Amino acid sequence: MPTVAKGDGMRGLAVFISDIRNCKSKEAEQKRINKELANIRSKFKGDKTLDGYNKKKYVCKLLFIFLLGHDIDFGHMEAVNLLSSNKYTEKQIGYLFISVLVNTNSDLIRLIIQSIKNDLMSRNPVHICLALQCIANIGSKEMAEALAPEIPKLIVSGEIIDTVKQSACLCLLRLFRTSPDTVPPGEWTQRVVHLLNDQHLGVVTAATSLIHTLAQKTPEDFKQCVSLAISRLSRIVTSSYTDLQDYTYYFVPAPWLSVKLLRLLQVYPPPEDPAARGRLNECLETILNKAQEPPKSKKVQHSNAKNAVLFEAINLIIHHDTEPNLLVRACNQLGQFLQHRETNLRYLALESMCLLASSEFSHEAVKKHMDTVITALKTERDVSVRQRAVDLLYGMCDKSNAEEIVAEMLAYLETADYSIREEMVLKVAILAEKYAVDYTWYVDTILNLIRIAGDYVSDEVWFRVIQIVINRDDVQGYAAKVVFEALQAPACHENMVKVGGYILGEFGNLIAGDQRSSPMVQFQLLHSKYHLCSAPTRGLLLSTYIKFINLFPEIKGQLQDVLRNNNNLQNADAELQQRAIEYLQLSTVASQDVLATVLEEMPPFPERESSILAKLKKKKPNVSDIEVVKEGKKSSNPPTLNNSAANTPDATPVSAPVPVMAAAPVAAPAPVQSASDDLLGLSAGPAVSAPVTNNIAAPAGGGGLLVDVFDTPAAQNNVSTSLAPQAEDNFFKFAIKNNGVLFENDLLQIGVKAEYKGNLGRLGLFYGNKTSYPFQFFTPTVSCPGDLSSAMNVQAKPLDVNTVEGGAQVQQMINVECISDFLEAPILSIKFSYSGSMQQINLMLPVMLNKFFEPVEMDATTFFSRWKQLNSPGQEEQKIFKASFPIEGDTSRTKLLGFGFGLLDGVDPNPDNFVGAGIIKAQSSQVGCLLRLEPNMQAQMYRLTLRTSKESVTKRLADILLKLF
Amino acid sequence: DLVFTVPTRSRTGAAMLKFILLVNKQGQTRLARYYQHPEHEYISTERDIIRKCLAREDSQCSFLEYKKFKLVYRRYASLYFIAGVDHTENELAILELIHNLVETYDKYFDKVCELDIMFNLDKAYMILEEMVMNGRIVEMNQNRILLPIRVMDQAIQK
Repeated sequence: MPTVAKGDGMRGLAVFISDIRNCKSKEAEQKRINKELANIRSKFKGDKTLDGYNKKKYVCKLLFIFLLGHDIDFGHMEAVNLLSSNKYTEKQIGYLFISVLVNTNSDLIRLIIQSIKNDLMSRNPVHICLALQCIANIGSKEMAEALAPEIPKLIVSGEIIDTVKQSACLCLLRLFRTSPDTVPPGEWTQRVVHLLNDQHLGVVTAATSLIHTLAQKTPEDFKQCVSLAISRLSRIVTSSYTDLQDYTYYFVPAPWLSVKLLRLLQVYPPPEDPAARGRLNECLETILNKAQEPPKSKKVQHSNAKNAVLFEAINLIIHHDTEPNLLVRACNQLGQFLQHRETNLRYLALESMCLLASSEFSHEAVKKHMDTVITALKTERDVSVRQRAVDLLYGMCDKSNAEEIVAEMLAYLETADYSIREEMVLKVAILAEKYAVDYTWYVDTILNLIRIAGDYVSDEVWFRVIQIVINRDDVQGYAAKVVFEALQAPACHENMVKVGGYILGEFGNLIAGDQRSSPMVQFQLLHSKYHLCSAPTRGLLLSTYIKFINLFPEIKGQLQDVLRNNNNLQNADAELQQRAIEYLQLSTVASQDVLATVLEEMPPFPERESSILAKLKKKKPNVSDIEVVKEGKKSSNPPTLNNSAANTPDATPVSAPVPVMAAAPVAAPAPVQSASDDLLGLSAGPAVSAPVTNNIAAPAGGGGLLVDVFDTPAAQNNVSTSLAPQAEDNFFKFAIKNNGVLFENDLLQIGVKAEYKGNLGRLGLFYGNKTSYPFQFFTPTVSCPGDLSSAMNVQAKPLDVNTVEGGAQVQQMINVECISDFLEAPILSIKFSYSGSMQQINLMLPVMLNKFFEPVEMDATTFFSRWKQLNSPGQEEQKIFKASFPIEGDTSRTKLLGFGFGLLDGVDPNPDNFVGAGIIKAQSSQVGCLLRLEPNMQAQMYRLTLRTSKESVTKRLADILLKLF
Repeated sequence: DLVFTVPTRSRTGAAMLKFILLVNKQGQTRLARYYQHPEHEYISTERDIIRKCLAREDSQCSFLEYKKFKLVYRRYASLYFIAGVDHTENELAILELIHNLVETYDKYFDKVCELDIMFNLDKAYMILEEMVMNGRIVEMNQNRILLPIRVMDQAIQK
């Protein structure tokens, strides 16, 4: 039987819970819940004299229903009323409901601020604590503005009792993180630091979190906390467990506080003061020594608590990275854990050792454990542990052990869990490149990767092997030989065909002397795969064939037959068709000399950092580049292919393989080239799909180059700050597309290619000089006017050149991060000198709120329940307006999808109406958004209804949508 | 010649709990406390997390990476306690926070079981609120954690 005896058991609640538990089916449960919700609703509505006890009971029921996974859209007012009750138990339940169920954006916040204020002023400390806890958990900007000034005195004033101080610390922490300006530093800041000395360990625990947060923001202002934290830590670790009776946990003195203090110290570099430094090292040594002592208890709680402190101490040692002795001791300790019977410890040891591997002091010590780690990779039963082993092998890899580690990782890849294969492929590819002494080994490794895990080999990986082969003539013959052999396998991965096609197209001649790999044999081998491949790969193979026509004139006839084949000449895929036609024509009309020039071998790629690395960093958000941290320490690194100065890769084989373009300087440099340039990884860049169209189409989509010339005004010859005439119209066109021409006049054309993901965006701007004279002092700048600067981070990469030659095009990358919702657009201002006169063009950068919009799918029930929840004033915006464009269902659908909505079919009974949902992904908040658009054909009108949880968002989205229909 | 990237804890993280869930063996949530406004689709995320934890065997470690955070979980008979933490949090410290919570429940409810939590949801929350605020540990001494709730019980008896 349930024990309801404690406190004030509520019978009604117990009955309801029992009913739910007895429900035999999901439907029955739903029915019972609906009945209860109706009951509570009527109670709340009808009986005004509901007493505190009953309100409390119903609020508890609502909480319970919430936990069963149901949205609770009422009861908030009753909870708010409970706040003003004088009974602790009723007040407490009110606060509980609010902090569990109310989100920070809710309008209710305004209603509860007064109650919170009253409780803060209360003489009863338990009431003060409830109010403080509530702020600590759901504090918003509004709360910060209204309440922040009251809080510091609750921490530093002498008469305040400990529990209030603790809650006040966390409360201030919350307000500081929500809205730092409302908590200006003052006398209290120093007093807070001194709480580290407080005799009450609960207060120290709470204060340490607050100081940690403050110190992360402005470390200089809180420097003093270092010595205080060290002496506090020292007192804890040297005490016997009986000294701190109240805060000793399974014979470990104050483990959670120790962890926090050690973490606080990680905000700072090692202390400069030798005394403090000595004392800290003593502490760290003591912690390491204790790990070797026999346990005081056999309970796992004892060893967990002890090791929690130990691991945090090791983190601090690694963070300081200055004490070789401690680093090596830490490594030995972790080495012991690698063989521990507790899986948890093995996992954590692998993880921490990975950090140690990056320290020059302990790297060698870590390497000693390689065999153990390899065994772990082979024998651990838990995939998360194996994953850590992979990370560590990657971390400890260097020239001395690369071949062995890569071989082990390749072997493991054959049976590796699907979830980690892609990442392993990237790691193997990076290691193979980084530590290749002999590039034949590198080529073999990558081909093995494709063979073993072809599906997980991303474009970056095979682009990279091609770049390297092209750049190193010592490996080209070998590469041609081994890809040729690899292609002979009966089932061979499409990525292998891509690499093979590309390499043989360039270097097939190097192995053509051997009868077994004569031109005809090479061609037949490749062509035997042709029909099994996807269109992009076929496109690549067609390029290989035209290259073969140049390399091997003796088989020109057979190659032309393929190009002439109706399957290609009339292929439904425009790209393939165009390639076939153009290549055929080229091979027919051009003389051998012209062919040789146009189709000559690819020039070397500029050396750059591996794009694979970027891909790996992107895959693991918590991967940071240790090399950056260590850069100061090791400058002796010889420059290899991958750590050259350029840190963003740009051109890759995607753009370059175009044999036609290689020797055709008249063609505009392809702007859509950089699939792997893209750190966000948005454009999967269909390999080799761009080439032929690039030299024909205008820079960024559409035939804008030709059309727009006629309707643009003459060049502005004066410098002004106003927006260019076409700016606004063009701007809104980008609401539903990412690529296109942003601006064009007689002098200049600006194309845009953009990609967005989550709250990040990346724009490529292509400035084309349409004249035959250079633009000098060409400087585009991007600025965020007014409020926009706090809502958005915009970083424009400065141009490498400041002259744009006649007929040339330069590219600029701009990264955008959306912090919160915004109204205005960043301003792009371009200044340059043309024939001696200064030009200025001001444009709005086409970044609007809906770019950070992601579609959401939901069923009708969810949609309506969300819709109903968003019924407060300001959450809805309705516009009835005349259609500016012909009303067409399909067009509207395309526009809404382009705008970013997920369209929900079948939700609206009228099939002509549109219902959609999406979510704005700003960094600081995410705003859900629902839409209904009702066209009226007769009247040529629309009714647009938008509901979002944020007024400014609703308004802005409605404004943009209005321009589109 | 050193390595050039290794996975690492970003040391600038907040070091906090994102949420604590208390779930039974059937996957039903008995207590859920989010310390950051939960994401838009948190219900399905919650289901997913629960599924992942329940599917694990005892031999597997108590931590797993999940999207942007890490899960630390511990099982007590038919109840699972699952904490979501950021990458700077100390896994073992969280594992013992869970145990301390369970011991505190045990102390208050006298051999706690799932039903105690269900029938006394407000008390269960209240105890947790005293231990963790805004995702940070504030009090770990069991007597002090239980002080406010005892004050309340006394007031009711009067």
